[in-house]
Amino acid sequence: METKETTANIQKPEKLVITSSPHVHNTESVTKIMWIVNLTLLPAAIFSVINFGLPALITMLLCIAGSAACEAAIQYWRKVKVTVSDGSAVLTGLLLAMCLPAGIAWYVPVIASVAAIGIAKHTMGGLGHNVFNPAHIGRAFVMASYPVAMTTWAVSRIGNSADFAGAMGKVADFDVVTGATPLGILKQQGYQALVDSFGGQSAMYKALFIGNTGGSLGETSAILLILGGLVLVIKKYIKWQVPVVMIGTVALFTWIFGGKVDGKLVYFTGDPVLHILSGGLIIGAFFMATDMVTTPLTTQGQVLFAFGCGLITVLIRLYGGYPEGVCYSILLMNALTPLIDRYIFPKKFGSLPEPVTRS
Amino acid sequence: MLRRIKGGVHPHDEKKSTDDKKIAVLPLPKKLFVPVHQHIGQPSVPVVKAGDEVKKGQLIAESADGRGTPVHSPTSGKVTEIGNYPHPLYGKSPCVVIESDGLDQWQEGLLTDRSWEVLSAAEMIDIIFKNGIVGMGGAAFPTHIKLSPPKDKKIDTLIVNAAECEPYLTSDYRTMIEYADDVIKGTQIVMKILGVQKGFIGIENNKPKAISLMKEKCKGKKIEVVELETKYPQGAEKMMIKAILDKEVPSGKLPMDVGCAVQNVGSLKAVADAVEKNIPLIERVVTVTGRTVKNPVNVMAKVGTPFTELFDFCGGFRGANGKIIMGGPMMGMAQVSLDAVVVKATSGIVSIADNEVDLKEELACIRCGRCIDVCTMRLLPNVLSILSEKGQHQTAQTDYNLMDCVECGCCYYVCPSRRNIVHYIRQSKAKNAMLRNAIKTGSK
Repeated sequence: METKETTANIQKPEKLVITSSPHVHNTESVTKIMWIVNLTLLPAAIFSVINFGLPALITMLLCIAGSAACEAAIQYWRKVKVTVSDGSAVLTGLLLAMCLPAGIAWYVPVIASVAAIGIAKHTMGGLGHNVFNPAHIGRAFVMASYPVAMTTWAVSRIGNSADFAGAMGKVADFDVVTGATPLGILKQQGYQALVDSFGGQSAMYKALFIGNTGGSLGETSAILLILGGLVLVIKKYIKWQVPVVMIGTVALFTWIFGGKVDGKLVYFTGDPVLHILSGGLIIGAFFMATDMVTTPLTTQGQVLFAFGCGLITVLIRLYGGYPEGVCYSILLMNALTPLIDRYIFPKKFGSLPEPVTRS
Repeated sequence: MLRRIKGGVHPHDEKKSTDDKKIAVLPLPKKLFVPVHQHIGQPSVPVVKAGDEVKKGQLIAESADGRGTPVHSPTSGKVTEIGNYPHPLYGKSPCVVIESDGLDQWQEGLLTDRSWEVLSAAEMIDIIFKNGIVGMGGAAFPTHIKLSPPKDKKIDTLIVNAAECEPYLTSDYRTMIEYADDVIKGTQIVMKILGVQKGFIGIENNKPKAISLMKEKCKGKKIEVVELETKYPQGAEKMMIKAILDKEVPSGKLPMDVGCAVQNVGSLKAVADAVEKNIPLIERVVTVTGRTVKNPVNVMAKVGTPFTELFDFCGGFRGANGKIIMGGPMMGMAQVSLDAVVVKATSGIVSIADNEVDLKEELACIRCGRCIDVCTMRLLPNVLSILSEKGQHQTAQTDYNLMDCVECGCCYYVCPSRRNIVHYIRQSKAKNAMLRNAIKTGSK
């Protein structure tokens, strides 16, 4: 290239970077998003360790290590860049652990992790390409394979008195006392038996809200999960419409169709609060139904998705064979996501109100 | 009332370093490299040859096909060469090289003093054409064509685009502050040419001084100052019309289809100069800024001034440069070297420091949908990028409105996977254009 004669005597840069515009970017990245979601799950995870003791921690570590190791192994084998440090495999592991009971045999979390990362994520092409939520696939996989182990729920150590100190003292205790989950009792023995087991309705709500009930690691503490979810909403990582619509749908339909008097359905007598606070609804609504990869692209599509999740959850809880249906409802709606994206998209700027002539 | 648009992003505006700096006058450069390609379309043809003496404002190139704009000498001196030199937009392009004689002498017949009010619309369009005025917001569309719409298009509103939504740039802002009367005069001239009764000046609300000054100057005239939310890409023509008139320019159509004409502030100042003083467009306000520039400035630079002269005027650099961009960082063009020159569309030159250059690896789309939320044209940018990646350029055009993309870059700005969606879209557009040409030539 000719150089110009010029009066200017500045130091010319030796090389300049040439890219297509734009030349600026905000500070977000996939890695940042994944680790922040991990962080917002941490309070609920720590609580579950206090609540269920070391067995919970072991389950959690097995899931996280299993997921990360599986991802690394597959990427190494496929000779692509190993991306364990982006936090998405860790997040899958953590979410998976939140769906499992504490103290389950060691091989169940490992198998679930392999199903989640190996089958649900990497057979589809890795991050961004999976159709189904990996953590839920992992859970569904072991639910079908080890139904007894998967429904042997640990009982809260904090107990009805909210005895944190006592629970902390027993954290290192490996023995797990098992019992039924609130939704399990509801399914098998009915609403009155459930209320009685807590010793009153308000005591039941309080126990469910704080989290000292039986269940999987992540379906116990409603308050900590909601706080984590709120952080995500404030950071705009998730849209508030999704948890609101999903939880709202469950509340509405359980209130209308959930009430029974002497075994007969009486409309508008259900207990929506019980259904919101128990089971995996809160974690599902804030952390699973808002997963970016497996849910629709547009806000309207996501709202429809959330409504579908809520509806299927209610159908399974009230009429299905399982006491809990959040996991399957989200997986079923994941399958509908491509269809939703095909029909719900924004109308382009300056659309003419003329008939579409698409051949 | 504050007007807003849907979508868009809020990049840091970075205007602090130059918004209070008066427009300085650049010392006369020894040599000017005036490109003859200064507008969208075919380049103009030089009418001078090596060895000719030229005066300031003298015609040196004229339109080849009658649709382009003429180019004038920015100073007096001698033509030493007509050769290919770096152009900020078109690689190497023919330039008239003028060695300045240091006198900066005007050609006779210029610097008249006439009133626009006595001139007819046709006369003024001719003056605007002869003085080589183009859109100075960046697109460089010939102004005389914009002002001569086809008979069947009735234009009833003029919008003055003073949003300056690109980060860093302050040239339009300074023009409004320092040449307020000229801008208003230019607006009135264009309103008379188009025969419109209503004019609007749209300014983003991060420029309160400009808003109050313009409001004061517009008193008693048929021009209304509209405050706009500070948001990129507020200054995009279609967004401007949407925010001010709440009209959407139909897909594939022009502002004139909704009865609008949009003009940039700088162009209006040039129009006023041309019509009243017969001064051709030979210099413009350029913002020279960026983290590595020692003293960022707004400067009145002659067309054809090499970037090196401008950076020299700023006291040179501190720290290593990563990119040099002509225009703003959202839509500007990264430069190969500092040998490129100021053209009529150069609103600013921005340096991006070495450590600011972000060459993170591009990941797969994680379908977060942020690009859809910010897309002002309401497209599916992520789908377009994936289709382009897979080579399905035709599908992108027929089913996903590829051609509606205005390449504003909001989608890339928010993409957590750092996918350069705009680049993919440009690639698809280019491939489709190649295909169209191939079909056309094949059928002949």
